[in-house]
Amino acid sequence: MKKSWVAYPYVVWMIMFIVVPLILIIFYGTVRTTPQGMEFTLEHFKRFFEPLYIMVLVRSLYLAFICTIVCLLLGYPVSMILASKEYRDKKILIFLMVIPMWMNFLLRTYAWLTLLEKNGIINTLISFIGLPKMDLLYNQWAVVLGMVYNFLPFMVLPIYSVLIKIDKSIIEAAEDLGANSRTVFRKVIFPLSLPGVVSGITMVFMPAVTTFVISRLLGGGQFLLIGNLIEELFLKSGEWGFGSALSIIMMILILFSMAIMSRYEKENEGGGLL
Amino acid sequence: MMRHLKRLYIGIVFFFLYAPILILMIFSFNKSRYMSKWDGFSLKWYADLFSDRDIMSALYYTLLIAVLSTIIATVIGLITAIGIHDMNKLGKGIMVNISYLPILNPDIVTGISLMMLFVFMKLELGFLTLLLAHITFNVPYVIFSILPKLRQMNKHLYEAALDLGATPFYAFRKVILPEIMPGVVTGMILAFTLSIDDFVISYFTTGAGVSNLSIIIYSMARVGIKPTINALSTLLFISVLLLLLIVNKRTSNNNGKEKVI
Repeated sequence: MKKSWVAYPYVVWMIMFIVVPLILIIFYGTVRTTPQGMEFTLEHFKRFFEPLYIMVLVRSLYLAFICTIVCLLLGYPVSMILASKEYRDKKILIFLMVIPMWMNFLLRTYAWLTLLEKNGIINTLISFIGLPKMDLLYNQWAVVLGMVYNFLPFMVLPIYSVLIKIDKSIIEAAEDLGANSRTVFRKVIFPLSLPGVVSGITMVFMPAVTTFVISRLLGGGQFLLIGNLIEELFLKSGEWGFGSALSIIMMILILFSMAIMSRYEKENEGGGLL
Repeated sequence: MMRHLKRLYIGIVFFFLYAPILILMIFSFNKSRYMSKWDGFSLKWYADLFSDRDIMSALYYTLLIAVLSTIIATVIGLITAIGIHDMNKLGKGIMVNISYLPILNPDIVTGISLMMLFVFMKLELGFLTLLLAHITFNVPYVIFSILPKLRQMNKHLYEAALDLGATPFYAFRKVILPEIMPGVVTGMILAFTLSIDDFVISYFTTGAGVSNLSIIIYSMARVGIKPTINALSTLLFISVLLLLLIVNKRTSNNNGKEKVI
């Protein structure tokens, strides 16, 4: 009574809409048209190593890195507090943490656009206390702010879900053995929470590297991240070859770091957070 | 002392998370189109919103695509999950790993790869391509919501039903389906919210005339502030809140266990 055949229609779908598109990316990324027809080339990948494009990648990684660090520094204490005894039963706080994740991220980004603009609330407040208006928008800190705002819950929730599962008796044992609260944190709580930290870092860093919306809306035109570059190549200049090569590079980067991360994440299975 | 610090810190973080949204909501009732001053209460941006043909058509497409792609993805995902569950180890491994690709891949890569496929197939970018793209990224989430439930299920139940004379379909409907229903519902909710919320993949796979709300917001925000977006945000925020409250209530009534949210 094997009924594995019922999956076959999806096998067709999968090949058509998952496998073939990826093959297309690889195809366009490694081929150029000459008068004689198509030929294999690595020129698109070579082009990526021009300083201009390397800078774009470095900038994307740099901003995503800062965003991840800020999220970790801001988010870890939040998770700890939410998982602590006084707050543990306040499920409503976790619920409040989740809501922004379900809110359209364009609207969340747009909200900051309205706050930071020349005549926005923040500048109104600044001029109210007598200081000159500032250019808050369209620089890289606005982009980082937008990223942190969008991705902070993705850091808090995985760490929280690991922290509340830590066996309290381990902490008590450490305390009984004379560890002060700093040692308990350093030697017990933090190491045990690492799987959550790792998945939090993954969930923040990955979307931050590949975003093109936040950088476009809050960074204006001039802060080109790798996502913006890919978007322009496909939708404006129509350079599919180079765009595909960049996508391949990005994909390898992401899948590679996912593979590394997932080795640490194994213990975190059943965290239940999507 | 420590307690107050904790409370203050949590307060500041939640203020950071919610203040922008709340300010947006408050100013959606502002008479002036600028957010620098309050000119008095007005509902005119809401009136503008509902008379804006572009936004209304985007809302229509967003919901239509979400409903259609959820239904289709749930059916495909359900059937496929059952098939995968019965496969041998190799087949299962291949299926699971390939289905994982759209989840792991950056959205922008999924988006442009699908766009290239549709252009390559000479399909005109529009409603159909948008729907196909949404189904493609939804099915894996449905599969991965259902597979664990199938694994937990006692497989002898199905055999027992067959021994007692049930047809395979009857046994599926009466034995398997009720067991895996929580997974199916989770998958459906995930698929629906992902579809409603999607921007990146939709942006690359749709064509002129067919936009969803995210695309409209993006193209409006690129030009600058528009108070109708504030009104739209307010309405969307309230619907998300209501939806989450209902889902949360439902799941906590069901089994007191924490759910996927």
